[in-house]
Amino acid sequence: MIKLSHIEKTYESPSGPVYALKGIDLTIERGEIYGIIGLSGAGKSTLIRCINMLERPTSGQVLVDGQDLTAMNEADLRKVRKSIGMIFQHFNLLSSATVYENIAFPLRLVHMPEKQIKAKVTPLLELVGLADKAHQYPSQLSGGQKQRVGIARALASDPKILLCDEATSALDPQTTKSILQLIRDINQKLALTVVVITHEMQVIKDICDKVAVIENGVIAEKGTVLEVFTNPRQPITREFISVLLSNELPSAFRGNEVSQEPQPGSYLLLRLTFIGESADDPVIAGMIRQYDIEVTMLFGTLDQIKSTPYGRMIIGVTGQQEEINRALDYLKQRELKVEVIGYVQRHDSTHQ
Amino acid sequence: MSSDMIPLISKALGETVYMVAVSMVVATIIGIPLGVLLHTTAKNQILECRALNRGLAGVVNAIRSIPFIILMVAIIPFTRLLVGSSIGTTAAMVPLIIASVPFIGRQVETSLKEVPEGIVEAALSMGATPLQIIRRVLLPEAMPSIIAQLTTVIISLVGESAMAGAIGGGGLGDLAIRYGYQRFRPEIMIATVIILIVLVQLVQFAGNLLAKRLRKQ
Repeated sequence: MIKLSHIEKTYESPSGPVYALKGIDLTIERGEIYGIIGLSGAGKSTLIRCINMLERPTSGQVLVDGQDLTAMNEADLRKVRKSIGMIFQHFNLLSSATVYENIAFPLRLVHMPEKQIKAKVTPLLELVGLADKAHQYPSQLSGGQKQRVGIARALASDPKILLCDEATSALDPQTTKSILQLIRDINQKLALTVVVITHEMQVIKDICDKVAVIENGVIAEKGTVLEVFTNPRQPITREFISVLLSNELPSAFRGNEVSQEPQPGSYLLLRLTFIGESADDPVIAGMIRQYDIEVTMLFGTLDQIKSTPYGRMIIGVTGQQEEINRALDYLKQRELKVEVIGYVQRHDSTHQ
Repeated sequence: MSSDMIPLISKALGETVYMVAVSMVVATIIGIPLGVLLHTTAKNQILECRALNRGLAGVVNAIRSIPFIILMVAIIPFTRLLVGSSIGTTAAMVPLIIASVPFIGRQVETSLKEVPEGIVEAALSMGATPLQIIRRVLLPEAMPSIIAQLTTVIISLVGESAMAGAIGGGGLGDLAIRYGYQRFRPEIMIATVIILIVLVQLVQFAGNLLAKRLRKQ
């Protein structure tokens, strides 16, 4: 659906050229929700603007539905842009127009008859849940409602692609959730391809199928969200993920030396990650039943990546070394990820 | 109060209103497109054209730096060419228009600059042409501010029209000078000043009201 090949973007500035994008390759399939995450200044806003050519790349090729946008003149580009909706962090609504007029705006541009406009705008108002606000002005709406108008406006021209530029960054967490839910709904209902730019991993985790992590104008890492979440390769990716997942040891163990060698009376700390089906599997119970060990639950969460259940747990295991090793082998044969943190003394046991 | 005062003042008021109204209409018709061009041909704007922008800005700055009373006298040959005479109310409108067009241009440019760039970007992302952006985004969004700015222009036109009176343009300024000052009739001077104050207040009040009605924020 969208294919970016070796996109480069350089800005001239008085202090020399600024390299915003340094060779980006990205393929986005039809119907996917693709997230692009990066810190501010990483180039993600420039990148999303290259998809609809609000920014012309210095070099490289942008293919949308097989058409090369980089080779088009302005008039042809305007036509293509009508099939690419875009929503913005600051909504960018016309303050002098009502909700209805804002949504009708792209239709007025193509001189659609008033009757048809009404037939289009009314269901869109329903879709975004603003039927009762049709004749209000943006200044009378909350941030979330403004973004709903933005979404309805972007959908008015029946686009195949929706670009979301930090669409939830100016909203509170509650509103963010409802806007993300709406984006997910329309992605499914309308089989829309969605590109999401964000600096929040939460957004990626909630709605995206795939993710690309962008840093200093290059893609540091990309893949399905599940892959990248469970097996991050780059420090920047780990940093983004760590915001969501607690990687710290429980307080009882913090500050103690972690040793990779067994110590008498110490706990073997394990970090377990369950994905999908395995999250329902009674692995721990099975392990305790089969081996003569004690298991202490230290930390656990059950979460979802898009709609895949995803659990994380830190457990401490004590017992005879042989039993522990066997239990470890047992775990490793299961459908889950096992990370050995190491052997640690517990604070309260050091005083004994 | 002398018997000739009422007809004198009402005639002068009529001339002032005529001068200001016609000059304003003509200057606005030319000034708004000028302001649009000043804004849209600037760097990173929808009709970016640096040479045109610099040229227009140069002419605007040149005219605006000439004091009105000098401009009025300096362009007498041009006025004569245009309306066949350099005296009279119609002749006075030529310098009034020439002085107001760049003023309006700059004011409109300032108003358009206040329109958030994101709104223009959103319109571009929907495939709007530059003309559509000007007509459907920039002008409607900037309208309350433009109205407020034009109010200021009208008020300064009232003042300039009084100066135009000094070269035989008629109007309240002419009346105040010829009767109030040169013929020692302070009652005419006072009446003229009061009428000018009321006129300016009315214009400002109407301007504020209109801008407020348009501003839906």
